This record gives sequence, structure tokens and C-alpha cells, in this order.
Amino acid sequence: MSSNDSTGKTLLVAGALCIVCSILVSFAAVALKPEQIENKQADKSRSILAAAGLLEPGKKVDELFKRVDVKIVNLETGEYLTEENAKTDWEKAIAANPVAYDQRKAAKTPGQHEVLDAAIDTASIKRQPKYATVYLARNEAGQVETIVLPINGYGLWSTLYGFLALKTDLNTVVGLGFYEHAETPGLGGEVDNPKWKALWPDKKVFGENGNVKIELIKGSVDPASPNADYQVDGLAGATLTSRGVSNLVQFWLGENGFGPFLAKLKEQGV
Amino acid sequence: MASETKKILFGPVLETNPIAFQVLGICSALAVTSNLKTTVAMCIALTLVTAFSSFFISSIRNHIPSSIRIIVQMTIIASLVIVVDQFLRAYAYAISKQMSVFVGLIITNCIVMGRAEAYAMKNPPVSSFLDGFGNGLGYSVILLSLGVIRELFGSGKLFGIEIFTLAKDGGWYVPNGMLLLPPSAFFLIGLLIWAIRTARPNQVERAEYQLSAHTKAQPAH
Repeated sequence: MSSNDSTGKTLLVAGALCIVCSILVSFAAVALKPEQIENKQADKSRSILAAAGLLEPGKKVDELFKRVDVKIVNLETGEYLTEENAKTDWEKAIAANPVAYDQRKAAKTPGQHEVLDAAIDTASIKRQPKYATVYLARNEAGQVETIVLPINGYGLWSTLYGFLALKTDLNTVVGLGFYEHAETPGLGGEVDNPKWKALWPDKKVFGENGNVKIELIKGSVDPASPNADYQVDGLAGATLTSRGVSNLVQFWLGENGFGPFLAKLKEQGV
Repeated sequence: MASETKKILFGPVLETNPIAFQVLGICSALAVTSNLKTTVAMCIALTLVTAFSSFFISSIRNHIPSSIRIIVQMTIIASLVIVVDQFLRAYAYAISKQMSVFVGLIITNCIVMGRAEAYAMKNPPVSSFLDGFGNGLGYSVILLSLGVIRELFGSGKLFGIEIFTLAKDGGWYVPNGMLLLPPSAFFLIGLLIWAIRTARPNQVERAEYQLSAHTKAQPAH
């Protein structure tokens, strides 16, 4: 038995290799983090603009994003969080700098989220932040034209994070898009397919009696059906992802999601 | 350049091409070649990983216990792939998002492991580095030709720049949609291997068995 194959040498080589490799990997991860976070942020802004239909090729995302107001909404009351009505320190901190607020982080921070009861948690998100960011996109004249709402929920493998944009009638979809998910490429991953996303604009979300009616159906929507305005084609071969998307859209537009906020907007006008 | 170095570096491009001759690394060749941007990123990533993993494995080859050598190779390759993935996420976010899992899958790419086991374990670091780099080049040559064919005839573009005006935009070219789907790469790789082996018959594998002649039908007694 050569000295290389002794137990001591084997353990030594394995240990040393692990240490060297882990230092290398963690060094790369830490050193490149700032750029990665910046990229993620830019990607999110791009996704918000894309949902609102404001993305123009050749224009800088930062430049276009200037037309978007960032507001923080109390999901329970539907009111905007301002520096006046903020009570606790963390609420004040959010109100002072709404752009920096990260609702995904808040969903993990104790005190800043509600644990949802399984019966109402149709989007399977388990913890919902008390405050959500909404984006109001203005047109050239400065009029609010589109309301972009962050949505998330469980598909088949992963939580999908995305945005749903509504017109100021609070009923017509402007666009929908997900910026982060890990669904099966080619099946559930087709939520990123521009052709599928193009099915969403001009769909209606609320039925006549005010309940959320929009849903993904199996197969293609029959244009002659009276419900065609409320239905979107499901994704072929991705029943669970389609169901997840249906559920999360319905959840976030419903009374446990942005329902109170949308009701308030309707009352007071956008 | 010494002829030996040249052979190590450029041999894998035509003579012992990892895809066409060794038929390794086919999966990623199907997945990332539908447009040239991701193809180029994949080629660079794989070439760097193969070259450096061969180099590092070869540097410590005399100290690797044979019982854990595959794990040692995997650890080195995996660490390099993570570093490459981190770099892509930091500096080429859009591309890294498009390539998604395929960057991570370089770890299991047979070319990287194959070169580590077949060459780097037995040869000094510098020639191992060249061998890895050369195999990366061989992989890149095939991937780039697939990428050019698939993007040009599949969507009428190269690097996203329009070359053929599509019929739907008032041009003359009707794109072949099948070229954008993964199976088309299979057909193209098959045709490429056929072409290369026709030009260089020494790459043709010897038949494993010979069909015996049909037995003749006998008239009934």
C-alpha cells in the first residue's frame, strides 16, 4: 500500500481540499455580491416596467423607472404607510425610505409579517408581510396610469415571484410577469414565454359581484364563451404551475391580499 | 510552438474532438445552442473550467489517494463551476438567467471529468492545462457551428442582429421553427459527425460485429 492510500493521507487530502475549495468559493461569492444584488435589483425594476408595459428597447431602466412611484401599503387596512401614521420604529424606517423596503425580507422578519392560516393561504406563502410595496406608473403627463402589484405563490417546485399590473379601472390587466421562479424549464418555466404573457393584457379580473374571477383553464380559452375575458390559457404539461399561478393571482387580488387596498383606491380614486 | 504543444492544444479540435469523436457533452450542446449569445458564454465557461480543473488536478495528482480521486476531481470542478456561475451572475446577469441550470450542469459535463481522469491524472500541470483548453476549444467549435446554424436559420439572426428579414416583418425568410427546439441539435450533430468521419475515415469506429449472410431458403422435401 503506497503512502498515498493510507487512511491518514486520505483524510488529510480530503480535509485540505475542502478548506481550500470552500475559501475559494466563499471568496468569490462575497466579493461579487454587490454586483449581483445590483443586477437583481435592476432585473426587478425591469420586470415591473415590463408588467406595466413601459419597457422600451434602447432606453435605460433607471431612466424609465423615474416615472414609477413606490408606495408602501398596509395590507390589512389598505392604507398607504406614511411617516405620520407609522407607529413603531421599523414602520418609520420603511416610511422614510420606501424604495429600500424589501417585502420578501419582511416576510421572514419576526413582527413584520402575519402567519397565514392554511385555510386562507391559497397561494401557499405561509407568511405574509404586513406591508407590501406597490408601484404607481405615471404617463408623460404625470397621471397615474398603471398600478403594479407584487405577487408571489407556490407553483410546482418553487415560489414564483412576479408582478401584476392593472389599469386605473382596477379591473383590466395590463400585464403579468415573473422575475424569479424555479419551475421546470420548457413546461412550467413557460411562464416566462412572451407568447403566454401576451395572453394576459386586457383580461378582466373581477366578476360582476366583485369577486376575483380570473383563472387559468385547461387548454385554450374559447373566445365565444361569456367568461373568455376572465380566462387565460393554462400552460401545456404544467397543470400544477398553472394552478399555482391561478391561486396566487386570486389570493393577491382577494381580501387577504390587495383587496382592501383596491377597495380603498376605488373609493378615493387613484 | 513546439509540435507536441500544438498537438495537445489543437488535436482535440478536429482529431479527437470531444463531441464529434468522443461523443461527450452532448446534453449541453442541445440546450444552449438555440442562440449564439448563450452559446458563446457556455463555450467560454466550459473551456475555462476544463482548463483550470485539469491544471489543479494535475498539480496535486501525486497526492490524490486513489480511493477518493473521483470525489477530489468533482470537488475541484464543482468549486470552479460555482466561481464561474458567480462571475456570470455579477457581470452577465441576463445570460446567466437564460442559461439557468446549465451553468451548474457543467459540473456533470463528461468532457471535464473525462479529461481530468484520462489526462490530468497522468500528466504535468502545464500540458494538462493545454489539454483541457484544447478540449474546450473542440467543444466550442462544434457548439458555435450549431449556434450559428440554429440561430441563423431558426430565427434569421446572429447574436440577436437581424440577418434575414423574416416573412412576418415583410421580408422573405420563413424561419424553421424546429431549429429552435433541442432535437434539431441532435440532427445537426449527427450530420457533423458524418461529415467529419467521411473526411477522416480513421475516426470511424470498427464495427463490433459482422452480420452473417442470410441463410438461403431451401425447397421443401
